[in-house]
Amino acid sequence: MASLNEFLFVSGLLFAIGLSGVIIRRNIIVIFMCLELMLAAASLTLVAFSRFHVHNGLPDYNGQVFVFFIITVAAAEVAVGLAIIVALYRARQTINVEDLTSMRG
Amino acid sequence: MDSFVPWLLLALPLLSAVTIHLGLKKNQAVSALVSTASAAVTLVLAIILLLQKENVSVAFNWISIGGFEGIKIGLDFDQLSRGMMLVVTGVGFLVHLFSLAYMKDDAAKARYFCGLSLFMFSMTGIVLASNFIMMFIFWELVGLSSYLLIGHWYEKASAADAAKKAFLTNRIGDFGFMIGILMLWQITGTMTFDGISQFFDGAHPKVLVPSLTMLSVSILLIFMGAMGKSAQAPLHVWLPDAMEGPTPVSALIHAATMVAAGVYMMARLYFAIGTETLEALWGLNTIAWIGGITSLLAALMATQQDDIKKILAYSTLSQLGYMVMAVGLLNPEAGMFHLFTHAWFKALLFLGSGAVIFACHHEQNIWKMGGLKKTMPITFMTFGIGTLALCGFPFITSGFWSKEQILEAALKNNTSLFVIAAFVALLTTFYMFRLFFIAFLGKSRSDNASHAKEVGPLMFVPLIILAVLALVSGFQPVAESIAPAYHHEGFHFGPAFIASVLAVLIGFGLAYKLYANAEKDPLADKGLFKVFRNKFYIDEAYAKIVGYGQDTVAAFVHFFDELIISGLIVGGFSRAAGGIGRIFGRLQSGNLQGYAVLFGLGVLLVIYLTVFVS
Repeated sequence: MASLNEFLFVSGLLFAIGLSGVIIRRNIIVIFMCLELMLAAASLTLVAFSRFHVHNGLPDYNGQVFVFFIITVAAAEVAVGLAIIVALYRARQTINVEDLTSMRG
Repeated sequence: MDSFVPWLLLALPLLSAVTIHLGLKKNQAVSALVSTASAAVTLVLAIILLLQKENVSVAFNWISIGGFEGIKIGLDFDQLSRGMMLVVTGVGFLVHLFSLAYMKDDAAKARYFCGLSLFMFSMTGIVLASNFIMMFIFWELVGLSSYLLIGHWYEKASAADAAKKAFLTNRIGDFGFMIGILMLWQITGTMTFDGISQFFDGAHPKVLVPSLTMLSVSILLIFMGAMGKSAQAPLHVWLPDAMEGPTPVSALIHAATMVAAGVYMMARLYFAIGTETLEALWGLNTIAWIGGITSLLAALMATQQDDIKKILAYSTLSQLGYMVMAVGLLNPEAGMFHLFTHAWFKALLFLGSGAVIFACHHEQNIWKMGGLKKTMPITFMTFGIGTLALCGFPFITSGFWSKEQILEAALKNNTSLFVIAAFVALLTTFYMFRLFFIAFLGKSRSDNASHAKEVGPLMFVPLIILAVLALVSGFQPVAESIAPAYHHEGFHFGPAFIASVLAVLIGFGLAYKLYANAEKDPLADKGLFKVFRNKFYIDEAYAKIVGYGQDTVAAFVHFFDELIISGLIVGGFSRAAGGIGRIFGRLQSGNLQGYAVLFGLGVLLVIYLTVFVS
């Protein structure tokens, strides 16, 4: 079976891909999906720690319960986030973040 | 005597002024009558009080201050104030009568009569005041009413400017006056004239007063107030300009009463302090010298004026100088006596000039008059009497008797002042007959003058009454009963008499030779006379000095305001806030991903700090 380090490496890779996507991509939906990717990376870390933190022959389920919470909240967040993007598109006819600079100080 | 009557004397003019101002602005004719009626009633009251010959004082406490004496509102009736009251109400009533005709067609007659009533109220207050605080209050009130009346025709820029100038110049004097009053309060511990008189009674002043210098300084500062109101050099500049007001106002305020208030106040002070104390002080000669110099300067300036009212204004200045000189020579009786006679004949001359100006359709230049003797016989006669009285024509005029007392006083105390006074008497005769010859004799020099008609009875009756008073008010029995202060010495033949007769003769001779048939002034633009005509360039000099002073102060204030306040303090804070705001404003790029980068960096920083640093 793969070791904890390999899980953490994949998770870090996923997080890095998500973060760079958030920073680099201009399409707001792609940015949104990258955010989800970062959440998935965090979930993966939690599950991995849970699996490898064995106590009395049983894994630590706290981490796995945490992941369920993350999935639930992420689902709710996706619903709200997509609704905001639709509303934004209706108002501005664009989903390119470079055009959304009206908050410039 | 009923204590009600004195208050009535004070309240009636105030009531009339308030009624006119609040209720009768629209009703011009009624307001004129209300004001005149109040003047008539106060005149009757003043005569009744004068005949009773009873010294009364009424007072009530206005403000009480801890352990001090408190400030009283009180009226004092003694010979000084009773006589002065007669002058104020007498001239006041005649001027009201004259004004009824003179201001007949004025659009703002109600405002004018309201001003006159206000003035009568304030002047009564000065005359009857029993203490310095009250006198100061009314002192400022006459200043206000004088301002209002000089500026009656405020549409004219020159009248508005003259009113402003009079007020500001008076303020300079009043500033000293106030400090002087407070110093005297500190020295004597009382404000009332009675109290001051009791304080100095008996004991030698050195015992009473810790520092005689302080007392002298306080008297000189109080005299500054008189310098402003009585227009003594160097604060005399406002009085000639004040002739922009209506002529009856000039007669009442700027010849007979208000400008004499300074002399009256000094006389009150001197009577209260007493000659013995005054003689122990130093520096009071300054007062006599200021009076002498004023009378000389004003008489020289009068010789070259062309405006009939300006000539009379300068002669008023010069006569006020005489009075101040007499006060300064510790002879306030002579000053008050001259004030008394001068009030009648100068009011006569001003009202006479008012009649002339009225008849000549507001022509004031004497070179455009001429030949008025035939067309205006009554004005001619009365004006002639006034001229003689002002020149001090021996024995038959009042001016002679009062001027004689001043010359005697000068001769006794100070020979150089006597020479100045005698020379001024000569100049007075010269310029008055110059005016008389040019305006009344000869041929008419303009259409306005040739079409002049004698004025109506409302105007010539006051002239006749004043002419009678100008003749008789100097005689001993009359003066003893009605003059504010009169000290009978008996006439004696001496240098003063010779000097005054010679002055009249030489002055008359010169005026006759130069002006009897003159078509234009033979002396105009000749050397020194040009300086006289331009009033010694004093106005120009003041304009320069005030200009420089103001510019310097303004430059300093500008520097302070612009650089320190605006640049450093207010502007500094605002620039600092703005600069800091601009720096942090750069962070608000509006770029979503920029924020994300910063957020990421922030998280890294927090991780670094929590994991590696602590």
